[in-house]
Amino acid sequence: MTDNDDILDPTTAAFWKAAADGKLVVQRCAACGHSQLYPRPFCLACDSTDLTWAETPGLGTVYSCVTVHLPVRADLPPPYSVGLVELDEGPRLLAAVPDDAAIGDRVAARWQPGDGGARPVLSFAAVGSLANAAEVVS
Amino acid sequence: MPEFCIAGVAESPLGHVTDQSEPSMIALAAMAALDEAGIARTEVDGLFVNYLGEEGSVQLGEYLGIEPSHADSSDLGGGSWVGFIGHAMAAIAAGQCEVALLAYASRQRTLRKRSRAHVLAPPPPESITAQFDQPAGVPVPIGHFALVTARHMYEYGTTEEQLASVAVTGREWARLNPKAWRRDPLTVEDVLASDRICGPIKKLDCCPITDGGGAIVVTTAERARAAKRPPVGIRGWGESHTHWHPHQRRDITSTAAVRSGRLAYEMAGIGPEDVDIFQPYDAFTITPILQLEDLGFCEKGAGGEMFAQGHLRPGGKLPAMTSGGGLSYTHPGAFGIFLVIEAVRQLRGEAGDRQVNPAPRTALVNGIGGLCSYSSTVVLTND
Repeated sequence: MTDNDDILDPTTAAFWKAAADGKLVVQRCAACGHSQLYPRPFCLACDSTDLTWAETPGLGTVYSCVTVHLPVRADLPPPYSVGLVELDEGPRLLAAVPDDAAIGDRVAARWQPGDGGARPVLSFAAVGSLANAAEVVS
Repeated sequence: MPEFCIAGVAESPLGHVTDQSEPSMIALAAMAALDEAGIARTEVDGLFVNYLGEEGSVQLGEYLGIEPSHADSSDLGGGSWVGFIGHAMAAIAAGQCEVALLAYASRQRTLRKRSRAHVLAPPPPESITAQFDQPAGVPVPIGHFALVTARHMYEYGTTEEQLASVAVTGREWARLNPKAWRRDPLTVEDVLASDRICGPIKKLDCCPITDGGGAIVVTTAERARAAKRPPVGIRGWGESHTHWHPHQRRDITSTAAVRSGRLAYEMAGIGPEDVDIFQPYDAFTITPILQLEDLGFCEKGAGGEMFAQGHLRPGGKLPAMTSGGGLSYTHPGAFGIFLVIEAVRQLRGEAGDRQVNPAPRTALVNGIGGLCSYSSTVVLTND
């Protein structure tokens, strides 16, 4: 993450700062307990503006996943698998999942540093394959 | 409230268009649609466009020599023109215009606008898309439709064979339409054997990329008195949208058509059992299945089976995608305008070899936009 990213979207700076420390955080409503991502200045469940950032264990369930067979980016040769993962806290994230992932699988978040100061990159590993669910691989 | 109608429709040249520009394609379609309506170009006072560049209606107005009293360049994705029908009705009811021209054209096949580099041009780095979606490398839009397809298969047992039967349905209609881009015979086995692109979606589950365009004239029955072809009545309409990012929709197999359809049915005072022909938006084979379900033609999850049983093919109980659909007839990036054009032609009984017989009285048209984000539904009748 660079300072420039904070300026580009100040509302997500705390998310990416936590990511740089290997942590996955969600925005949590102090009034009703609802968790949400991406962050907003109000709670989607109760409209409260009393919101904090809460660290999660990064554990979730695959909601949907597919294998991509066409080239999308030079640094990402196909085939590879991506999925929508529902965190146990509720919010969903779109990220790489194991190649043999299936809907309903339990997975754990991990962060890898981005190239050249870019934002960290999220992926999900099969639960059990990592000693620590939210682990920095650096 | 005045009685609203579609007084004229026309396609521009389709397929591989090398002798026209996008504005000239629109001009040709607009003049043909206005001729059907018996209305002069200079009487157009409402202009509705999408994907025609910055301030699209302003640019097109200049080209057509139209200075409207109501302008709408709303970007509602491929379903925009189905949505524009309702926007035009509201504008007419409010006295802001009387003759609305809805238009589109794209030469994206010839100009190769949707080359890989274009589709994958990075979103702005400050956007939520760049931060939360793009790093995963999900191709847009196909990856999002693939995630929907995979979840629909998981929840409801929809099969790749059933998905393939949607493409086969469109092709059977396209074989009756001389303007269709893909007219070769097609089987479920052909679709299953085509290259896998993303998740359960294979090459023949996807629409082609063509050139094409069209125009629609929406006005009142009063203003359509001089029409050369029978005007088609607009009886019901609705629109809604649910999300932009796939992680923000709790049930990605349920679309905004649930709401837009309910609104359209209520306004028309009809239900799905009263519909004679159905024009769903088909960019990928999953989308007509979702629309069948969300518009009440079958239980949620039963759409794939309904296609596989052949109910939407020529001679079936609910003829659908009767032009051949986006999957076989034409798909110049946005298909919504063609759904309306085909419904009007079927209701007038002028669809040639593919004419549904006996001529249908009530058509349901559904446009979608974005990543299963937007839906607009319109009920058209010929009585």
